[in-house]
Amino acid sequence: MLLRTKLHGKTYEFPDIRLLMGKANEEKSGDRLAGVAAETAAERIAARLVLAEVPLWVLRENPAVPYADDEVTRVIQDGVNETVYSEIKDWSVGQFREWLLADTTTPEMIRRISNGLTAEMISAVTKLMSNLDLMYGASKIRVMAHCNNTIGAPGTLSSRLQPNHPTDSPEGIRAEIYEGLAYGSGDSVIGINPVDDSYSSVARLLDMTYDVIKTWQIPTQNCVLAHVTTQMKCMQSGSPVGLVFQSISGSQKGNDSFGISVGMLDEAYALAKKHCFPAGPNFMYFETGQGSALSAEAHNGWDQLTLEARNYGLAKRWNPFQVNTVVGFIGPEYLYDARQIQRAGLEDHFMGKLTGIPMGVDACYTNHARADQNAIENLAVMLTAAGCNYFMGVPMGDDSMLSYQCTSYHDAPTLRQLFKARPAAEFESWLVSLGLMKDGVLTEKAGDPTFFLKR
Amino acid sequence: MDDAKLNEIVESVVRQLIAAGAVSGIQPAGAAVPLNQPAPAPISAPPTSNLGLTIDLPDPTSEDLRYKARVKNPCDPAALTELINSTTARIGVGRAGPRYNTASLLLFQGDHAVTQDALYRDIDQKLLDEFGLFTVQTNVTGGKEQFLLRPDLGRQLSDEAKRTLADKCIKKPNVQLVVGDGLSAAAIEANLRQIFPVIKQGVQAAGLTMGTPFHIKYCRVGVMNDIGDAIQPDVVLLLIGERPGLGRAESMSVYMGFKPKSGETDADRDVVCNIFENGGTNPLEAGAFVVQIAQKMRQNQASGVKLKLATQ
Repeated sequence: MLLRTKLHGKTYEFPDIRLLMGKANEEKSGDRLAGVAAETAAERIAARLVLAEVPLWVLRENPAVPYADDEVTRVIQDGVNETVYSEIKDWSVGQFREWLLADTTTPEMIRRISNGLTAEMISAVTKLMSNLDLMYGASKIRVMAHCNNTIGAPGTLSSRLQPNHPTDSPEGIRAEIYEGLAYGSGDSVIGINPVDDSYSSVARLLDMTYDVIKTWQIPTQNCVLAHVTTQMKCMQSGSPVGLVFQSISGSQKGNDSFGISVGMLDEAYALAKKHCFPAGPNFMYFETGQGSALSAEAHNGWDQLTLEARNYGLAKRWNPFQVNTVVGFIGPEYLYDARQIQRAGLEDHFMGKLTGIPMGVDACYTNHARADQNAIENLAVMLTAAGCNYFMGVPMGDDSMLSYQCTSYHDAPTLRQLFKARPAAEFESWLVSLGLMKDGVLTEKAGDPTFFLKR
Repeated sequence: MDDAKLNEIVESVVRQLIAAGAVSGIQPAGAAVPLNQPAPAPISAPPTSNLGLTIDLPDPTSEDLRYKARVKNPCDPAALTELINSTTARIGVGRAGPRYNTASLLLFQGDHAVTQDALYRDIDQKLLDEFGLFTVQTNVTGGKEQFLLRPDLGRQLSDEAKRTLADKCIKKPNVQLVVGDGLSAAAIEANLRQIFPVIKQGVQAAGLTMGTPFHIKYCRVGVMNDIGDAIQPDVVLLLIGERPGLGRAESMSVYMGFKPKSGETDADRDVVCNIFENGGTNPLEAGAFVVQIAQKMRQNQASGVKLKLATQ
């Protein structure tokens, strides 16, 4: 294999696909930490020049972790539609980019091609995309899903109500739910990250959130984001579960560090279909994020973008209702500043959609990253323009349990009003019937949590 | 631009600075000039309309203002207060259209600002002098930016640090106390005066020997292994600033290990975290508690998971 180009009179040669892929990335602190980043800005572009000529079949035959060693690779490779793949395998990455962006390429055509792709192809084309390419490309792809309501329909923007509490107090969480509902948050899910992962604590929060959903006849679903094994026990014991959640990683070794496997998630999915209370057919919820495999030293020497693409290929196996990257949560050693977090948010969203999964984004940052709320608001605007399915709704964007900042209860209605977007249709009808929303705008009654003390 | 207009702009800037906590105290009309800006053309006389202006604000981070109900015309005002009191999350904050009202927005920004300041600042030298702590450094040489980007370097003592410790420190003490900046200088500043004497007295009361305490700049928890190799104490106690939460930069942890050495991980360590006054683990209690744990480590010749298994 010879991977070589000249640029401004200088010759650049790359030893293998792995390093070519790493060096073609936009600058990320995590790729530098992994030792796969370009040494100079010119080397980065030289890598892209070469990558643009690589045919897609080469990427299929060079997965980040070998087929024999890794069940994530096997899930993705075995899921490829060979008929579709045979039509595109000789395309170069550069051709693929132009095909995606072409006016003659319809959303339906992209959804079909998705089934012939592997994560490495998706990662490769993403490296050749500018930020506006990523927004425009993603805006062409809508992936809808249904549980108790419909997420991802054109012209809609949903919001996960995330009422976390530092001690899992049911009263405190209930108060935060009321505040969120009063702003029209909660159409993606009412989803709590618990402090206490024990069965009894998780079951108690499932009961409480289900009670709110039933009392107010809310067309949505609940979820307590404990380890999947705890949620499986809850389902088997008869707790009311809306969505089943798990964080996933882009390699088998990474999933080992999360204490999960493909077999375990197959079992969870089977239980979800058997026990979850909503209509379905989509019951699963996954979270991802660039750098998670590297932080567990489970990246096999590959760049964090490619490992992230593999998350989406894995998630697709279980027909999820929603998947989101938690883009800035991991810290500055992987995504250093606002610019890197914003880039990664756009990349992840595009890659998820191109994989064919219903994609949202937790646009967020930790306090030791060079970022602030303005950076996250900017990212949310860019992602809404790109057709993102949902964002997080946290009281003023300040998560009192996870100690990070993300989008707020206020941000979803603002973005909806800015882009003339609406909540999920069933949820909007519900808000209108209560008098909290009219013509897509919050009414005078909205924003008051005590509204929900009436029943 | 006429003088009245100019004054209006200056005052509006000052109001914002005061509300954000950047400026405090009484700002008489006409006296406030934004920092780092050339003085505007002399204003011959203060406009009479502003003569009586006094802005002297209370701290918006005080409990009563932080958790003030800000929803306009709530269905149930009394219940709103109860809901707000049930959580530390920012609820009952009200809105301006779909956005935050001004007070809530500026409180959030004030909380974020104090967090940022804590992260990019070194521990006050006067405090280190007060406790006779000399300073050594890890392999981080490129300032705070490199410290944040390269956690691996923050886990290694520099060669110079190793030489200094060899010169200055008592070897093989029962307990070695170390202070590290970690991700918050403010955490050390907020807690050291309370916790340091308690640990020192506790160690003496338990009849244990105390090593020569010192300070590590650009410090990550993993540096405990190098400390163990350099000084060979029974127990290392590392006081270190935690990653700041929003508006909470004063939270400190004490990491503890029995005879730490190269290759050990968090599984070999114990930790007392969330140490701060008013709401966290009180630093005085935390000091007494870590001395107890140090004794337990010595009795069982173990720390971390091994200690848990030994004491089950």
